[in-house]
Amino acid sequence: MVATYDAKTDYKVVGTNPIRHDGLDKVTGRAIYGGDVTVPGLIWGDVIRSPHAHARIKSIDTSAAEAMDGVYAVLTHADFPVVDEREIEAGEDIVNLKRDQSNIMADDKVHYKGHVVAAVAAVDRNTAQEAASKIRVEYEVLANVSDVDAAMAENAPIILESLVGDHLGEDVPNTNIARIFRHEFGNLEQAFAKSDLVIERTFSLSMVHQGYIEPHNATVIWAEDGNITVWSSTQGSFGVRAQTAGMIGVPETRVKVNYVEIGGGFGGKTKVYLAPIAALLSRKSGGRPVKLVMDRTSVFEATGPAPGGKIRMKVGVTREGKVTAADTDLIFESGGYPGSAVGAAAMCVFACYNWPASRITGYDVLVNKPKSAAYRAPGSPQASFAIESVVDEICEEMGFDKIQFRLDNAAHEGTRRGDGVQFPRVGLEECLRAARDSDHWNSPLGDAPAGKARGRGIATAYWMNGGGKSTCDLMLQDDGTVMMNEGSADIGGTRVSIAMQAAEVLGIPAEDIRPSIPDTDSIGFTGVTGGSRTTYATGLAAYTAAHLLVDELKDRLANLWETESGKIDFADGVFSSDGQSIGIQELAGKLDPTGGPVTSTASVNPSSAGAAYAAHICDLEVDLATGKTDVIRYTAVQDVGKAVHPQYAEGQIQGGVVQGIGWALNEEYFITDDGAMANRSFLDYRMPTSLDMPMIDTIMIEVPNPLHPYGVRGVGEVPICPPLSAVVQAIHGATGKRYYELPVKPGRILEATNGD
Amino acid sequence: MHPFAYVAPVTVEEAVAVLDKHGDRARPLAGGTDLLVKTRANVWELDAVVDIKNIPELMTVTVGNDGLSIGAGVPCYQIYENSEVAAGYPCIVDGTDIIGGIQIQSRAALGGNLCNAAPSADGVCPLIVHSAVAHIAGPGGNREVAVEDFCTGPSQTVLKKGELLVSMSMPKPPANFGAAYTRFIPRNEMDIAVAGVAVSLVLDPSGQNFESARIALASVGPVPILATAAGDSLAGKPVNDESIAAAAALARDAASPITDMRGTIEQRRQLIEVLTGRMINKAIERARG
Repeated sequence: MVATYDAKTDYKVVGTNPIRHDGLDKVTGRAIYGGDVTVPGLIWGDVIRSPHAHARIKSIDTSAAEAMDGVYAVLTHADFPVVDEREIEAGEDIVNLKRDQSNIMADDKVHYKGHVVAAVAAVDRNTAQEAASKIRVEYEVLANVSDVDAAMAENAPIILESLVGDHLGEDVPNTNIARIFRHEFGNLEQAFAKSDLVIERTFSLSMVHQGYIEPHNATVIWAEDGNITVWSSTQGSFGVRAQTAGMIGVPETRVKVNYVEIGGGFGGKTKVYLAPIAALLSRKSGGRPVKLVMDRTSVFEATGPAPGGKIRMKVGVTREGKVTAADTDLIFESGGYPGSAVGAAAMCVFACYNWPASRITGYDVLVNKPKSAAYRAPGSPQASFAIESVVDEICEEMGFDKIQFRLDNAAHEGTRRGDGVQFPRVGLEECLRAARDSDHWNSPLGDAPAGKARGRGIATAYWMNGGGKSTCDLMLQDDGTVMMNEGSADIGGTRVSIAMQAAEVLGIPAEDIRPSIPDTDSIGFTGVTGGSRTTYATGLAAYTAAHLLVDELKDRLANLWETESGKIDFADGVFSSDGQSIGIQELAGKLDPTGGPVTSTASVNPSSAGAAYAAHICDLEVDLATGKTDVIRYTAVQDVGKAVHPQYAEGQIQGGVVQGIGWALNEEYFITDDGAMANRSFLDYRMPTSLDMPMIDTIMIEVPNPLHPYGVRGVGEVPICPPLSAVVQAIHGATGKRYYELPVKPGRILEATNGD
Repeated sequence: MHPFAYVAPVTVEEAVAVLDKHGDRARPLAGGTDLLVKTRANVWELDAVVDIKNIPELMTVTVGNDGLSIGAGVPCYQIYENSEVAAGYPCIVDGTDIIGGIQIQSRAALGGNLCNAAPSADGVCPLIVHSAVAHIAGPGGNREVAVEDFCTGPSQTVLKKGELLVSMSMPKPPANFGAAYTRFIPRNEMDIAVAGVAVSLVLDPSGQNFESARIALASVGPVPILATAAGDSLAGKPVNDESIAAAAALARDAASPITDMRGTIEQRRQLIEVLTGRMINKAIERARG
């Protein structure tokens, strides 16, 4: 069944705000998260981690740990099976199993501080910790590189010696640059030559972390019959299944992953760190269930933050206010192994404008820091910061209105993205017009108190959103309730946004659908909750399953009414034919004579999704004596396609904005000379708190996505992108200085303004 | 985490005996907001944790004509919610109501903040500018130490083997006294001071001249610093921008910060100057009522 936008407007359920089905359990503490899982006979695992950012492992002596009472198993990389350099899909990333295996437990080298070197399983947590502390590792400490300049320098220490870099198609050994790629169209040289102004700038960004509250965890039983059962906080149970099975060398279908609630992921819980270790410990412990939970330091030091790096950006314009050409080098740090978000950054970097010519060159560079992973619109925030900062500078230099310039050059239906993809209907122009007409844009900044200064910034951004595989089952009950199974981890209220789409089709209240997220043995394949795909793609599965359920009910009713199913109409939850009618929930109790229970199932695999655009306006105040910044007003305009559950769509936008503001103002991996993260706790990794934020106002624009029957677009990721530049341009407005390095923390503002 | 014995004495003598027996392998437990973190992180390996919350003199706040006395185990909220403390010692409230969030303040003790001896401690500089004295009990008897002399380095204090902080006391402020504390943090709450300044001062009866002042600096040296020259510079000076700026510049000179993840040397010096000026003005406001 191909579903396209049906231009329906008189929705009964879509666009309302029912209470989420999982809400009560979550606010009362009844909900079961990975850390809550306990099973009979549970034992605890612990790991030891490298104190060095870069070192060769000369020897590991586990004898003292093994000799301890209460210790069941000790594990090193040697206990892992040999796997090929096979790549599998893992949500927003491609996973190289061999390298991921080395990432979760080091082989002959440690690539970053915190890299796991060995693990133990013991009768309780304290015994496991004490045993782990008795493992003796001898290291040969190597010189480390902690930024892309050092990693790309001549004679830089080589982090992954087996790496053969792909540099524009050429195989290059002995390098930290895993990949150089390029997207190019138009005649760049001629286009720049036609420009009246060309601005070229270089930007630096720090590594940042998603900062989810719940740390990674896994509980695993490897039973005697070879069946493996996993509980682990994740954005996608099938991803845990594939990665765990791949790294421990068993068929995927021997691994069953149970769904547990997730306390935040933002992309960082698409990757698997603990389940394969817990599985092997369980096997070595005679099939005992083994539990591993990270502490915050480990989450910072050894999971998957977003890459920092350097961005060189060159943009040309005419004096009439048209863009001519753009050229960028996106140099991203991948961390200790290859694979940063630079590929996605390259798709996003120029996607807000309609360029006559552009060239995008991406560099994926290893450094001695944790292997980066997806973080909410991976790569796009960094790219948006660079391009929007240059656009702001151009507008001020040339005297262009910042919104009109963007409107005059906006990407729209038919525009080609820098890598060649042509846009269907997109909503950037609508966002810009709404921003221009907003109360915020039309209100004066107001006077700052003495000693402070105010500024306003505006920025736009793009995220492509994802489609992919999803499954939904519906089971109509005698009392008219519909049980729903779907495979998507629920991070942002997707149980309800998916149920609402089935409810809309069935003409019943969302509350009469009871959603469940079963284990991987009990639901069809469903991709990770990521790429802003879940309400779109799993919602499409629910929509499709609901139509199949209606079709089946028409067949059954045709029996009862002695007519043909084609002659039965269905609208607003009521079947009718020749003057007879019956509601779907009443019919539910009368199905026994027609063949018993009615169920339906649908799996979908949309290859593309409607893109998301956003335009954000930020007002802030800077204390000129201390460099402290306070955001005082913020408006996020976003094309959401169709807000299925407007409050949760708004919540996604607000959450993304807060993370983007933190990225702009204070968040960074503060790396010491020996390659360690100094600020590895929430005390010193300064994410914004609720006390730092004004109300984030949202303006949701609904430009329907032609690929979805209700016009739904993903909403969760793009809102993190524009704040980086919107905030920094506002600081520019307040202080008169330009900032090319993130975060723009108080010390940087003082540095820039001192001497004034 | 190393296994430890939990001991809950009801007298100072019992507590001192346990501490004396175990030396640095025993620590007093008040709110536990530092102890539990350090123990779990294996910074401390303890054989005994000595809960002092059952010892009456460590859990009492007394406000009277002699001044203010705060038991070492009294949690922050009992200090800042005490109306007599708030009326007579607002600078103490400035410090205690910004240590952590509500949950932390419900457990964490001001005495613990002092014994933890962090250069950034928000509770300590207010005690210093109030000329507070630490009352210490030990195997050899009791002694008193001025709070500005209590910390000897990061996480280090004058406490010797078996010694226990019992209380902090400070004199009742004279007429025309005002004091205030603030810190600089990049966020609004739940953060650790990049720099902090406490100021206390006494004005003459006209309110136009300084009689005396004390200025203390947090997070800009290995211990909280009493900036004596900066405070003394105000004595006898008229209340005006010039004398305030001069004191602020001397406070800046008294700071000896380092560059780390929380800030740079230059930034911290500048912050000390700015915050000192602001706190002198706030203290003047309070002194004038």
